[in-house]
Amino acid sequence: MAKILLEMKNITKTFPGVKALDNVNFQVEEGEIHALVGENGAGKSTLMNVLSGIYPYGTYEGDIIYDGKVCQFHNIKDSEKLGIVIIHQELALVPEMTIGENMYLGNERGHKLAIDWNTTYSEADKYLRMVGLSESSKTQVKDIGTGKQQLVEIAKALAKQARLLILDEPTSSLNEEDSRALLDLMLGFKKQGMTMIIISHKLNEVAYVADKITVVRDGATIETIDNRGPEPVSEERIIKGMVGREMTNRFPKREGVTVGDIQLEVDNWTVHHPLYPERKVVDNVSMYVRKGEVVGIYGLMGAGRTELAMSIFGQTYGVNISGTMKIDGKEVKIKKGADDAIRHKIAYVTEDRKGNGLVLSQSIKVNTSLAHLDAISNHMVIDGDKEYAVAEEYREKLKTKTPSVEQLVGNLSGGNQQKVLLAKWMFAEPDIMLLDEPTRGIDVGAKYEIYCIINDLAAAGKCVVMISSELPEVLGMSDRIYIMNEGKFVGEMKASEATQENIMALILQSGRGD
Amino acid sequence: MEKNVVKQSTIRKADPVSLLKQNAMLLVLVLVYIFFTIMTQGRMFRPNSFNSLINQNAYVFILGCGMLMCMLTGGNIDLSCGSVVCLLGALGGTMMVMWGWGAGVSILALLAIGIAYGCGLGAIIAYVHVPPWIATLAGYLAFRGLGTSILSVSITNSISIKDNQDFLNIFSGTLFKTPEGEMNWPCMIVGIVAAALVVLMIFRTRATRLKKGYEVDELKMDIAKSALGAAVILLVMYKLSLAGGIPTVLLWVAGVVLVYAFITSKTTIGRHFYVVGGNIEAARLSGVNTKRIMFLAYLNMAFLTSIAAMTTISRYTAANADAGKNFEMDAISACVVGGVSASGGAGSVLGMVIGATLIGVINLGMFQVNLDANYQRVVKGFVLLAAVVFDILSKKKQK
Repeated sequence: MAKILLEMKNITKTFPGVKALDNVNFQVEEGEIHALVGENGAGKSTLMNVLSGIYPYGTYEGDIIYDGKVCQFHNIKDSEKLGIVIIHQELALVPEMTIGENMYLGNERGHKLAIDWNTTYSEADKYLRMVGLSESSKTQVKDIGTGKQQLVEIAKALAKQARLLILDEPTSSLNEEDSRALLDLMLGFKKQGMTMIIISHKLNEVAYVADKITVVRDGATIETIDNRGPEPVSEERIIKGMVGREMTNRFPKREGVTVGDIQLEVDNWTVHHPLYPERKVVDNVSMYVRKGEVVGIYGLMGAGRTELAMSIFGQTYGVNISGTMKIDGKEVKIKKGADDAIRHKIAYVTEDRKGNGLVLSQSIKVNTSLAHLDAISNHMVIDGDKEYAVAEEYREKLKTKTPSVEQLVGNLSGGNQQKVLLAKWMFAEPDIMLLDEPTRGIDVGAKYEIYCIINDLAAAGKCVVMISSELPEVLGMSDRIYIMNEGKFVGEMKASEATQENIMALILQSGRGD
Repeated sequence: MEKNVVKQSTIRKADPVSLLKQNAMLLVLVLVYIFFTIMTQGRMFRPNSFNSLINQNAYVFILGCGMLMCMLTGGNIDLSCGSVVCLLGALGGTMMVMWGWGAGVSILALLAIGIAYGCGLGAIIAYVHVPPWIATLAGYLAFRGLGTSILSVSITNSISIKDNQDFLNIFSGTLFKTPEGEMNWPCMIVGIVAAALVVLMIFRTRATRLKKGYEVDELKMDIAKSALGAAVILLVMYKLSLAGGIPTVLLWVAGVVLVYAFITSKTTIGRHFYVVGGNIEAARLSGVNTKRIMFLAYLNMAFLTSIAAMTTISRYTAANADAGKNFEMDAISACVVGGVSASGGAGSVLGMVIGATLIGVINLGMFQVNLDANYQRVVKGFVLLAAVVFDILSKKKQK
């Protein structure tokens, strides 16, 4: 057995109210590529942040043993000194700077007072060649494509004398060809003795490149699969580990709901990226939703689900949107802007409640009434008493736990914030509710309550679209499921026919580009 | 839903610590006033000082309302308002003196020019997305120059409007003037009515809230609040009635302050200003026309700047090249000292009024104790910084 380069022992990391990592053990041998797989929020990134010192020593429990020594990293510099370099999913390059400047950002060559640009650029060029880039290091980063930017990130890591390279979803923004090139590059590094950890959702890539695969689920390492046999491990085998959890009673039954006529129908819907208008983010999607129906849209992060929902919601995302939309069988043209969508009785409940859903510095009352202020005001003068009454009504209806509706939303827990967000959109009295990751980052109990609210909405005859990247949730809550990948709908299933395995298989098939 | 069942109102207990925090600036204001009263052997407490406070700071209250609306949208400021005061003053002087226009026509023309400027500025900021401080920095430089060049027709760089008595009567002077030291009854009666209205309002709100079963403050809190409000109004009006009567400009200040207090706290449009500053993306996705709010913020600022310009030339009975110098900084200071968030989304007209008064009191006090003008600036600078540091620290502790 080869030498163990890294061992993480009994790592436990808690955030207020959530145990993100629970007694995790994780070992990496020198010179191997080790993959970490798991659903969103399973704890992969948290584990890597503990390792690299982003969560400093003392904020977690357990030991990190690297190269035979127990380490206490207080910041990212400490871990980089020992050659542990992490490349994050979001590229951290400054577009207006040259490749060379970016590579030595915070790690500048030369004296304390003066940067030695000759060394900077000649060394940068050397590392660029190592990752197979022929660009000059004096090229500005904004002038090269995403695939090459990812390679620059890797060159930047190499320039830090990396011994253990951690790649967080390195191929998430790359096309097939660039991804394959990057994976082959990793295999080349392995031959030279580099140790790597790769986090990825793309299981075919993991099976292709990894020596060992560790599955993380609910903040714990479930198993480590050896992938060094003659046959690569099957994706089904990995999926079993990723999703195999008890499913009893996690979802409330929906009873007495009659599914009615088609209310929302979208045909040949195509949306382009606002900054790169040549890129299709949603590609020729057609869908329909009936009254009283809960339709799930499943896809991994970046599949274009949020973009689809927001483009339907008053074109609040995207440019050059084409396609037709019908509400109750009549074609409608919704003007740009959320206000017109709200007038057409559409609501979009965002996945990012803190970023673009709630005004954290305002009270529950103000947030609840925000999307439908007209209903509580008279000639633009707000009836404060009515507003209070409405907020109270929804607080009771949704069982939001708070001392008062005057409480600032920023002081609430994630689950209660989600309820306020739902209250805001329920008060807007929509017929069509687009729920984007309605249970992201909230605990199990609050999830159950949110599911009950969704059932009530369906029972009230609303048509509900639920976007989620949690397969069990989609399976447990939907009547019908659309599967989305890379901007396209790649399948549609009745919930009764869908299983985790056949949904994942659909995505993987389409991901291979055939 | 059992809608007909009226709930028992819960009583919000007053917590001394948070009470102190919420009213810290008010307390500081009182302490500073007492300090200067002692330092000036009571001169600060004489009727004339009250009169000066209002006359000297009228523009801060008016511009402060406009600056508050800008800052609410996300810490945006208007650097140009002082220079616009200079330009509008110069134009006003030209209209009334050179061209012999009447007061009414000139006022309408100045308002129209101000609004036109506001539309242009608002469009550049909201729809062309020029950062507000740059757009208004351009105005700050350009309009001071333009105003001065208009005034350079006279050797003194100033146009006297002392002959247009109509205009002066509208913006400055004293209503029902009586000799100093004599009781001015109209002034006192207005004070008594205003004080009574405040008390009435507080208790009427309390009564409706109790009837509908909403949360109310402790009774002693409401009594204290109305007693304090009434006492302040009665004191100020009593002093003013001894100083000759109500300064005309007080009507303008009170009108602007009341209107903007109403807009910010009670209307949908006011609410939109707060949510745009609190989270502009959330506001956009809730159907708020965020660009229009930015546009309105600067249109409104220009409108109030026109009013401030007219009160300013009226007070000096002349349009000067120096008019409006540092007005923008005074308005920003008033807001910041009054607890308006420098990143937007929080702040109130009442807070701004307290901030403006505090700065006004410090200015007048320093003048009365004959502090060197240079040191006066040093003190003002540190007061501003201290207010913000205090604000940030007290918010941190809450978490």
